[in-house]
Amino acid sequence: MDAPASPIATRNGSKASLAAMALMTAALLVAPHVGVYPVFLMKALCFALFACAFNLLLGYGGLLSFGHAMFLGSAGYVCAHVAKVWGWPTEAAILAGTAVSTAMGVVVGFLAIRRQGIYFAMITLAIAQMVFFFAVQAPFTHGEDGIQSVPRGMLFGVIDLSHGLAMYYTVIVIFVAAWLFIYRVVYSPFGQVLKAIKENEPRAISLGYDADRYKLVAFILSAALAGLAGATKAIVFQLASLTDVDWPMSGEVVLMVLLGGMGTTFGPVVGAFILVGLESVLTSGVTIAGITLGPEWVPVITGAIFVICVLAFRRGVVGEVAAFFARRRR
Amino acid sequence: MQALFGQLLIGLINGAFYAMLSLGLAVIFGLLNIINFTHGAQYMLGAFASYLLLEKLGIGYGWSLLIVPIVIGALGVIIERTMLARLYKLDHLYGLLLTFGLALILQGVFTNIFGSSGQPYRLPDVFSGGYNLGFMYLPKYRAWVVLMSLVICFGVWYVIERTKLGSYLRAATENAALVQAFGVDVPRMVTLTYGFGVALAALAGVMAAPIYQVAPQMGANIIIVVFAVVVIGGMGSIAGAILTGFALGVIEGLTKYFYPEASSTVIFVVMVIVLIFRPAGLFGRER
Repeated sequence: MDAPASPIATRNGSKASLAAMALMTAALLVAPHVGVYPVFLMKALCFALFACAFNLLLGYGGLLSFGHAMFLGSAGYVCAHVAKVWGWPTEAAILAGTAVSTAMGVVVGFLAIRRQGIYFAMITLAIAQMVFFFAVQAPFTHGEDGIQSVPRGMLFGVIDLSHGLAMYYTVIVIFVAAWLFIYRVVYSPFGQVLKAIKENEPRAISLGYDADRYKLVAFILSAALAGLAGATKAIVFQLASLTDVDWPMSGEVVLMVLLGGMGTTFGPVVGAFILVGLESVLTSGVTIAGITLGPEWVPVITGAIFVICVLAFRRGVVGEVAAFFARRRR
Repeated sequence: MQALFGQLLIGLINGAFYAMLSLGLAVIFGLLNIINFTHGAQYMLGAFASYLLLEKLGIGYGWSLLIVPIVIGALGVIIERTMLARLYKLDHLYGLLLTFGLALILQGVFTNIFGSSGQPYRLPDVFSGGYNLGFMYLPKYRAWVVLMSLVICFGVWYVIERTKLGSYLRAATENAALVQAFGVDVPRMVTLTYGFGVALAALAGVMAAPIYQVAPQMGANIIIVVFAVVVIGGMGSIAGAILTGFALGVIEGLTKYFYPEASSTVIFVVMVIVLIFRPAGLFGRER
């Protein structure tokens, strides 16, 4: 996808996003002690990780997947199942979920990168729908009920995650580690080649890069990290349900990245926090000008944000901020 | 045997809708290079418009067939002029995202007004009853839907492949700038093409109303299958889109009879197989 000129790719930009991340981590560490609801933050962090994973593919690889919910949801199911039914320890369950979504990434990526652009989006959407129907029918997912009351367990056998803050700090560690990993990938030679392929694929190929291989690796990494997000989410909420594999979820993650800023390392985090925040505000209902908007309006508002972003706000929040500073420096 | 033919008929009916919807998608994609994600929502709008005309104004099915496509098509023209027209210079994927957002809005608003459960559309008396063919019972309305969709599909194919207007359209698909240089008003053609594609979706919606329940989710459920149909057929050819639509409907129907567990996924499995052996689709060309 044509990113609007992205100054983030400069060294200044990358330092700025590292600084933003450091600030955010500090804020996250103190947040529960100043009255911010940890469950909200954990939810936002899981989605932020999901969005960052997605951005690796869209923002740097230029590949729009419309089926990323399949990785989030499947990893959630696997993690919940092995933790609850097989009694695996928490860290092993999360790894199992991540491993399954990685394997799915290999297969789906192999199929999807055979076509480009719009076809790529439609293929990923169709395969995700297939996974959704599988999740509806397979007995171990418990259909509409989902896998409920998944035990949080003991992390490494010593840290009791059923204690609220222990879980919260674990999620922070997972999120920050994954974000740093993505950051490292983006600014590695691999990430640079990936961007080169996105900008001009024939040219990258003529320089001797095997474009398909780079795209496939990006797809697998993205699927794996989306799976990590899904597995973590299943442990945090002790639930794996159909919502996480259904197509609206695939659309939502696209919006998080678009809203926060495609092709920026910090943008997806911002986008995820805005959307999760919006949803939690609407859950209790908001009254604007005498009209009460409840959770049933979430899809409509999400759709409206989509339309506005595409028509007038294509750089996203972080992209606009970066562009503002880039203009001032000149 | 009865059950087999029954499933075949259902497959043929579903196929008729797949064909009409993928036809509209292919026509729009050909000229605008946009995958119209709102297509399912516009199909749903068609069904709801027809339902509301009957329930609120007492306007029957026959008039709906005429009025609804025009009204919803005009809505499509407005969407194209006010929103899509701003995106042609950008990556095609923005069109997909915009139409996805619009689909969410339309679906959400209708869900909030009408609830997510379906409303039945009362069939006009002309269509009650059916024919006993000996090996199966054929309800009149189902026969009408299959026949009518065949006529529509053939009509669209004829206009695009065999008339002068269609030749402009095909030429603009290949090279819009050149066609414009010859004095054809391409932007207007683009607008009308989008309106036409939308009208086709709405018409399919009117025809679907008496068969399926009129529900806000009806479009979302079918559009993803139609995307798979489009990937399988490839968007290079109009005839290919029609043929693939009908064929996959029938395949789905047969699966429902022989192995019902796989009936909701069979089309996606076919898609995967086609992607492995013919990545450009059965009738497609790489573009």
